[in-house]
Amino acid sequence: MELILSLGIGILVGSGVWLLLRPRTYQIIIGLGLLSYAVNLFIFSAGRLIVGRPPVTQTGVRVDPATFADPVPQALILTAIVIGFATTALFLVILLASRGLTGTDHVDGEESDR
Amino acid sequence: MNSENLLFLLILLPFAGSALAALLPANARNTEAWLSGCVTIASFAIVAYLYPSISTGEILRNEIEWLPGSDLNFTLRMDGFAWMFSILITGIGFLVVLYARYYMSPEDPVPRFFSFLLAFAGAMQGIVIAGNLILLAIFWELTSIFSFLLIGYWHHNAAARDGARMSLIITGTGGLCLLAGLILIGYITGSHDLDNVLASGNTIREHTLYVPVLVLILLGALTKSAQFPFHFWLPNAMAAPTPVSAYLHSATMVKAGVFLLTRLWPVLSGTDEWFFILGLAGMGSFLLGAYFAIFQQDLKGLLAYSTISHLGLITALLSFGSPLAAVAAIFHMMNHAIFKASLFMAAGIIDHEAGTRDMRKLNGLFSYMPITATLAMVASAAMAGVPLLNGFLSKEMFFSATLGQHSGSVLDSVLPYAATIAGAFSVTYSVRFIHTVFFGPKPSELPREPHEPPHWMRRPIEFLVLACLIIGIIPSIAIGPYLHTAVTSVLREYTPLYSLAVWHGINTPLIMSITALVSGTLLYRALQNYLAQSEDGPPGIRQFKGQRIFERSLVALSWRWARWMEETFGTQRLQPQLFLVIFIALIAGCWPFLETDPDFSLIAVAGIDPAFAILWGIGIACALGAAYQAKYHRLAALILMGGAGLATCITFVWFSAPDLAVTQLLVEIVTTVLILLGLRWLPKRMEQIDNATTLIARTRRLRDFVLAASCGGGMTLIAYKITTNVELPETIAGFFLERAYSEGGGNNVVNVILVDFRGFDTFGEITVLGIVALTVYALLRRFRPAPDSIEIPEQQRMQNDFDDRQPDRKVGETVYDYLMVPTVLMQWMFPFIILLAIYLFLRGHDLPGGGFAAGITLAIGLLLQYLASGTRWVEDRLHILPIRWIGLGLLLAALTGMGSWLFGFPFLTSHSTYLEIPLIGKIPIATALFFDLGVLLLVVGATALMLIAIAHQSIRSYRARAIESAKTGEDN
Repeated sequence: MELILSLGIGILVGSGVWLLLRPRTYQIIIGLGLLSYAVNLFIFSAGRLIVGRPPVTQTGVRVDPATFADPVPQALILTAIVIGFATTALFLVILLASRGLTGTDHVDGEESDR
Repeated sequence: MNSENLLFLLILLPFAGSALAALLPANARNTEAWLSGCVTIASFAIVAYLYPSISTGEILRNEIEWLPGSDLNFTLRMDGFAWMFSILITGIGFLVVLYARYYMSPEDPVPRFFSFLLAFAGAMQGIVIAGNLILLAIFWELTSIFSFLLIGYWHHNAAARDGARMSLIITGTGGLCLLAGLILIGYITGSHDLDNVLASGNTIREHTLYVPVLVLILLGALTKSAQFPFHFWLPNAMAAPTPVSAYLHSATMVKAGVFLLTRLWPVLSGTDEWFFILGLAGMGSFLLGAYFAIFQQDLKGLLAYSTISHLGLITALLSFGSPLAAVAAIFHMMNHAIFKASLFMAAGIIDHEAGTRDMRKLNGLFSYMPITATLAMVASAAMAGVPLLNGFLSKEMFFSATLGQHSGSVLDSVLPYAATIAGAFSVTYSVRFIHTVFFGPKPSELPREPHEPPHWMRRPIEFLVLACLIIGIIPSIAIGPYLHTAVTSVLREYTPLYSLAVWHGINTPLIMSITALVSGTLLYRALQNYLAQSEDGPPGIRQFKGQRIFERSLVALSWRWARWMEETFGTQRLQPQLFLVIFIALIAGCWPFLETDPDFSLIAVAGIDPAFAILWGIGIACALGAAYQAKYHRLAALILMGGAGLATCITFVWFSAPDLAVTQLLVEIVTTVLILLGLRWLPKRMEQIDNATTLIARTRRLRDFVLAASCGGGMTLIAYKITTNVELPETIAGFFLERAYSEGGGNNVVNVILVDFRGFDTFGEITVLGIVALTVYALLRRFRPAPDSIEIPEQQRMQNDFDDRQPDRKVGETVYDYLMVPTVLMQWMFPFIILLAIYLFLRGHDLPGGGFAAGITLAIGLLLQYLASGTRWVEDRLHILPIRWIGLGLLLAALTGMGSWLFGFPFLTSHSTYLEIPLIGKIPIATALFFDLGVLLLVVGATALMLIAIAHQSIRSYRARAIESAKTGEDN
């Protein structure tokens, strides 16, 4: 399982980095999206992959930390997901404004001469 | 009030006075002077009141905890030496305020002046009574900043601006060095507390870091005290109003450097490094300053160089490392402050009444202002070291100190001669000051007719000159006990026997004094005619100005080199920049593996669930597809990215993270809608820019591909290594799991962490979210779409054409009917989505859900209505006002946090209890629920605001089209 997820993270990073280096603004926004999945999964996996033991305790039952998945990376990622959406929106608006202002969707605001 | 609190008041008074002074109207000259006068005289009274306890050798302390964990406390500490300086700061401060009342013209904006002056006095007071080294550095920087503001007070004047900037750059840089040095001292001694540091002199001197510490601290002190080679800022600071010069360059600012050297004298002095660095800087400044002072044509310039010279004398005394020399240094600090303040004030009066400070124009003023002239004469005699005045005593002590053995090198035999020559120079410039200005022929080319100043403008000088006389004539009565208190507090058990008598009999120092007096006067006679019309500056090295070198290097550093660097290494293009960032990140990621021998054997290949493998097979295909399609097939890329997102989401479900899965799924929906809304404004495909055919382009793509593949491969390796590392170290997870219910009152640990344990982080994050939403909104208000995107989309145009051709249809009906069935469904789902949101919210504390998920759900509910029925239809029926939701959410979260203050707990302390509700029964309720409600409101508002703002652009573009067509109509 770890191998598969690690491969998934790797491919997401690779695709994201590739897109970040492309000249079109839309490619960047998709690239950032893929990268943020990868980063979230990476941080999540640092808490180890545990099946069927969500960090939800039961009232009245003594808590044994070993029987639950790590809640800390989950809490970290939860807000990251929401903030990630906000920054995507911000980037989209800048992308659109730059396109409206310069008439091109090249990242530099002008077509590269090379 | 006890004396400890009085110390605090000493700092508080000037700063409070400064704030108050800044608020007074611009023409309140008298009120300002009264206010500042009261503040300084009250501070003076406090310092004087503290003398009885100080004189017994007691050290007053007042410690307020600030950041005790970082060993940084607001510690105030006053001993005899600090007391002496406090008397000078407050006393001369009061006299300067009095003087400034008459000096400043009614046109000057005085609130700014007095406000800065008081704040400066407060900062200086802080330096001398700071009991913590870091606190001292903070006050030190404050004096740099306020002196910058004071020197640049007349900022319409270019010289004032340049002088202010130069002093800030030099003293500010020195201040940074000082901070580094003080931090190192803290590192060596384990504490920044002054008392601890003073007690660990041997530890510091024997430490390997002693030399760096010494150099850094000396850089700070020498720049502040305008010592060679950093002296040149001081003459340029003379563009300041004269009361500022009188204050900054007599009792304060420049004295801060020698104050610090004296303060740390018991800790740092006595080594060869200390003697050579300080001795050279001090003697160099003493000699060169005096030499330069002779050839100044500006009155204040002469005084400025003489200040450099006298501070050099003090520095040299401190460098000797003998206790007797330190006594002389402390004594001379006091004497110099007194006579130099009065001389600056006299120079200001001459400037004020005669209209110029140029000594080539000033002549024979004695008959116009005899009293001022007499006062200035006495003060300059003190500066020259004439017997029966205070300057004589300390200079005599200096001469005898130079005769001692210091390092055993050739310097020892040179010192007395250099001292005598510099002494002669100071006699020359003192005589010149008096003789040129007050004697000789009557002035002919003065801008105005000089006369005596107002009485009260002269009072401060009278007072200071009186002090020079009294100290000079009866030193052991007038100053003896106070000096002794100061000296013993610095030198403690090393306090030497010293005598303040005026007459010691005929000895070498006296002969040196007499030699200096006679040869200095003769030198003046010789130079008199040359000086009467020479240019400004000493002959021979007039071209060699520290100021010019400084400005050249400043221009080179901040402009030429910076430009060159930018042109050579900089780029405006994003792609190379991103490439570099990612490349460096890759190197940094690989670094740790180079040092260890990583083991990348596949240990966990077995036990793979085929379903999971298929899931990620699809996820990987989606990611690669999105990367491939993002250039020309935007919609396809968006859908593929969504596919990768879904794989992520299912992974969260798989590995016990239901909260993440819910949030990821919901965010996936809004992100897709968001980008869909944006797609409409992007340009059409341009075939001609398909430049992947050239060799350069192909190489670049290959390079990018290699980098992307290495990053991906590296992340795979790291992720694999981490997840398969069986030995999970002890984490903080247990802490949260065990306390989630007992202390946070909730079973869903992730939610409890978010709204309770780490509530403050979440508060920060929702604030960011709100700010981003507002930014998006603000950016879109000025949004101008590209001209080729303004037209109606092709599909709509076809549908409208169709409507147009049919006699029984109106234009727009097809568009409206297009999604009839989904529209009805979506409208009907609205209440159920709201219900779902409430459900997710309420269960959030105990089961997966919570404010974030519920907020996005509610926003999706609103969004669906926009999708289904169009912007206008929704807004005719529903007033959403997302900005208010954001405000309300933030307010609710903050108020919940502040609520715990009412019960005496820190911000955001959560409380949970059971609430008895009739019919329903006992339900658990936590204050965190209100915080979570704030999160919910804000998330709804932020999400809705961003999406609605983008959706609104379509309506706005109708207007843009209308304007466009109106224009073309006019043109036709």
